[in-house]
Amino acid sequence: MYLLSIDPAAIDWARAQFALTAIYHWLFVPLTLGLGLIMAIMETKYYRTGDVFWRKTAQFWQRLFGINFAMGVATGIILEFEFGTNWSNYSWFVGDIFGAPLAIEGIVAFFMESTFVAVMYFGWEKVSKGFHLASTWLTGIGATISAWWILVANSWMQYPVGCEFNPDTMRNEMTSFLDVALSPYAVDKFCHTVTSAWVIGAVFVVAVSAWYLLKKREAEREMAQKSLRIGAIVGLIASVLAAITGDESAYKVAEVQPMKLAAMEALYNGGPDQSLTAVAWVNPFVQPDYQNEEEAPLRIAIPYGLSFLATRSLHGYVPGVNDILKGYTREDGMVEPSVQEKMERGRSAIETLAAYRQAKAEGADEATLSPLLSTLKEDFPYFGYGYIRDESELVPYIPINFWAFRVMVGLGTLFILFFAFILFLDWKKKDIASMNWLLIAAIILLPCAYICSESGWLVAEFGRQPWTIQDMLPVGASVSNIGSSAVATTFWLFLVLFTVLLAVEISIMLKQIKRGLNK
Amino acid sequence: MAKEGFWHKAFHLYYDGFRQMTLGRTLWLVIGIKLIIIFVVLKIFFFPDFISHHANEGEEADFVATELSHRVIP
Repeated sequence: MYLLSIDPAAIDWARAQFALTAIYHWLFVPLTLGLGLIMAIMETKYYRTGDVFWRKTAQFWQRLFGINFAMGVATGIILEFEFGTNWSNYSWFVGDIFGAPLAIEGIVAFFMESTFVAVMYFGWEKVSKGFHLASTWLTGIGATISAWWILVANSWMQYPVGCEFNPDTMRNEMTSFLDVALSPYAVDKFCHTVTSAWVIGAVFVVAVSAWYLLKKREAEREMAQKSLRIGAIVGLIASVLAAITGDESAYKVAEVQPMKLAAMEALYNGGPDQSLTAVAWVNPFVQPDYQNEEEAPLRIAIPYGLSFLATRSLHGYVPGVNDILKGYTREDGMVEPSVQEKMERGRSAIETLAAYRQAKAEGADEATLSPLLSTLKEDFPYFGYGYIRDESELVPYIPINFWAFRVMVGLGTLFILFFAFILFLDWKKKDIASMNWLLIAAIILLPCAYICSESGWLVAEFGRQPWTIQDMLPVGASVSNIGSSAVATTFWLFLVLFTVLLAVEISIMLKQIKRGLNK
Repeated sequence: MAKEGFWHKAFHLYYDGFRQMTLGRTLWLVIGIKLIIIFVVLKIFFFPDFISHHANEGEEADFVATELSHRVIP
């Protein structure tokens, strides 16, 4: 089996372009969510105390929120353009399942955010304090609800539920809106993503505050000190929550995407009593020889850690890459077929679908169509495997998953320690403003927060390769039959456009930060 | 003097807000340029809807079915 008439370079360029756009979009979203929470907390302080200091502080962070919000607006729309042009088979195949959450997101974003953002910026002297505070909170909540629907759509691709494939329309049709909207995978992803976004907001507030203290800016000193404290409190709570929700996400991944977990852990051969790898030497530039290596070299691991993470039992069975390829028995007793069997059933599903449509076009009766439909329904869970030429295509690129996961967890742990340390110093009444090394560290941690967040997405998206829709449709079948040069052209176009826009944003943001409390 | 109605207040919230913008003017300029690039340049010239360009209306399912079945050779 092999993919016909598709330029492999077109698949790579389409993926690269989507990754570029998504990574760029994700530079703005987490700061919107994180800063949305913190500026609302600042304004709540103003509402409760009536102290004008808090009003000025809230307004300052709202201005920075506005810059980030304006720069992020519509960058996600480009992803939808790419679906229609580069990923047309996928777009049609997912049908209304993907369209419904995105439509809801668009409506919520437009009406809720545009209304309350306007009141937040224009309404200080025109509405009551309570209504203004509610608008500020609803601005952040609106952005969070928007994120919910995007994450529901993404989660469905990783764990397709609440749908049924219609061979007549060639689309997946929603059978249960609640199953899609409240899928456990989506709930875990939402909680982990939003709490990690709060961490970025907190790191941003702490870093900007640290810069004022480092520069000895007297006009902003009090604002910086109090913002730093609030940032550290939010940061500590959020980073602990991100760790807890991350653990839940990993548990869910182990259940529905075991190959992703195996790639994250560079676990070639699984079994019971699996230890969790802390570090190991996985060459970042070469796919390891997982078929012949027992385990990654120089491995240091936490005994029973992986079994506990994946099954909530110290002795639970965790499949490795080779187990998944050969087939294995799950912890709950279910037998997972080998990929060879899945590939055969996938081919059967594709052939049956073609036969069904042919028969239907020729006006076949129910007696002819019914058995074809039954076979299709039986084999459809493995539909995507029919496009797989070699079982090695089912193994994601292990080095990226392995290292991105460690970067994310390592930096996440560092944030917990850093915020806890700041709050400890604050509790001990130490003069943080005079600790230049700490202030410099706080500023350095800002890019680290973005690296941490983007690493999380690398794990989520590289780990599910080769699938656009888990087990249903691989990237090679999802992509449009389009020339690679066309996609490459727009890739470079985007790279230039995004670089310019990012430079503009950073420039406006830095200018505003330098102005400080003066408008 | 008659009390101002809701719509009057809402209008003035936006009208006065936009008039008194400082930083907002720059941001709206960037947003405007960005939207023009995205919707006028990128969407029209670089991101046509692939299926509607290759299949007649009502025949999209056939087109996708052919695409998906022809991607595989036994």
